[in-house]
Amino acid sequence: MQKNIRILTAGDSSLLVEFGKEISPDINRKIAATVQLMKEQHIEGVTDMIPAFCSLLINYDPRVIQYDEIRERVQSIVKIDAKAGAGRKKVFEIPVCYGGEYGPDIANIAQHAGLTEEEVIQIHSSRDYLIYMLGFLPGFCYLGGLDERIHTPRLANPRIKINAGSVGIGGSQTGIYPLDSPGGWQLMGMTPVKTYDPDREVPILLEAGDYIRFIPIDEEEYHRIKEQVERGEYQCVIHEGEV
Amino acid sequence: MGIRILKSGMLTTVQDLGRTGYQSQGFSVAGVMDVRSFKIANLLLDNPENEAVLEFTLIGPTLQFTSATIIAITGGDFQPTVNGEPVPMYTALYMNKGDILKFGSARTGSRGYVAFSSYLDVPVVMGSRCTNLKSHQGGFKGRKLKADDYINFRIKRRYLPFFLSRKLDINEYDQEETTLRVVMGPQDDLFSKQGVETFLNSEYIVTSDFDRMGCRLEGPFIAPKDTSDIISDGIAFGSIQVPSHGKPIILLADRQTTGGYAKIATVASVDIPKLVQRKTDHKVRFQPISVQEAQRLYMEELKELDEMRKIIHQPCKEVLDCRLVAKRLAKLFES
Repeated sequence: MQKNIRILTAGDSSLLVEFGKEISPDINRKIAATVQLMKEQHIEGVTDMIPAFCSLLINYDPRVIQYDEIRERVQSIVKIDAKAGAGRKKVFEIPVCYGGEYGPDIANIAQHAGLTEEEVIQIHSSRDYLIYMLGFLPGFCYLGGLDERIHTPRLANPRIKINAGSVGIGGSQTGIYPLDSPGGWQLMGMTPVKTYDPDREVPILLEAGDYIRFIPIDEEEYHRIKEQVERGEYQCVIHEGEV
Repeated sequence: MGIRILKSGMLTTVQDLGRTGYQSQGFSVAGVMDVRSFKIANLLLDNPENEAVLEFTLIGPTLQFTSATIIAITGGDFQPTVNGEPVPMYTALYMNKGDILKFGSARTGSRGYVAFSSYLDVPVVMGSRCTNLKSHQGGFKGRKLKADDYINFRIKRRYLPFFLSRKLDINEYDQEETTLRVVMGPQDDLFSKQGVETFLNSEYIVTSDFDRMGCRLEGPFIAPKDTSDIISDGIAFGSIQVPSHGKPIILLADRQTTGGYAKIATVASVDIPKLVQRKTDHKVRFQPISVQEAQRLYMEELKELDEMRKIIHQPCKEVLDCRLVAKRLAKLFES
């Protein structure tokens, strides 16, 4: 895989490391591992990193480190067989109240798939989704691995406001809206968990490389968790294991 | 003690160098558009390099001071007046309690900056005082300023040494055509040879689609080899994205962290101010330079700023004039 890695110039203050040209868990894990190594090696002058599906943008301050040097440092880091150090898998349980007023489009999804709403919920909540990257909005996770049976086209007429916490499907993607936003995804449920809370010590709950598992809950449970979240007492269940 | 906004202007926000370190979580950097004017404004007042200022766009605000302070105005020329009298830009200016600082519309450039020696008192959110309009975060209540807003100062600071030396002879943004130096890549290889030539040899016009997120240009079609759609990746300040319509969009301070269009080149840091100070219908050309050259220009600009710092810290001959000294002392005692 190493030979497919290219280090590209993105102006005088950024490098773009391209790890491939496809969306795959392997490439994404390599990126997560590289980010980890970059943090551990702490290259003076690196100001920010943006991991994406198959690339990593590294911003740096040319006052502190210049192009030739950082290129060389990054080159030596991506050469390291990174899988060795980054085999941990972190799965966050995200409770979701599916259907009804919480997920007004679940009937669309079921109809499009030719399934019952229960089957849609069962399919959606039965696997772990890899967070390939965050972007678009603070805390918005691009998840991979949605079951093809419930792929559903976006709404023809996007909503002006989708509430934070909404869980939906847009084409082959599924995800959670971290804050109120316009959008065209088919809404299937709502989580009481705040994936983004500007007032929390760690405003963003999830990171690229983590996994999400959706756990169906009923309305009563939804309100119980929501109250805990409001009081700042709720902790997501996290499973850790080997990839 | 602080400032009251009497008129907001078109888009006036509290900004600094932006919120870096959180782009991996989807937070735009935001921050000032014209880093050079921002740095000079703070430099004139011996402020920390990253002290928050007001940035305004095309039509400036009107402010009233509720306590004395010292300000510096930089960027485009918004024809500033204090209590109706024109005041110079790129100069440290005393403001007294009750003074009204009024900006008009941009005669040159399109963005103006005013820095304060008493520092704007807005909370630091994730390491920055800048306003992120999209996530309604930071700055003054996460939004642009409007009439009747009141911003406190953090400190009293009404004395600066070498006061009369604190002026610079700068007028940077009065031309309507500019050549932006660019570093090619990261995805210039996705464009045809002819597409790259078109990009580098044509004149592009700034459209009215020009905000803090980006600047759309109109001009000859830049042909991709196949498609300019890519798998979304991270975006740098000044990235020149070319979607399938073949017209460049230059991504600026409020850019999204990631995007799915090929980026043919990136504007050199030192030339981004030249772009963000353009107006609709102004003309832009591109000239390729190496990344090493772009970094050399950047270091050179830092040296130039250091020179400015030296100039404003030299004793000024005028201080030997007793009447001027008396006038300055009198001002200090007024408030």
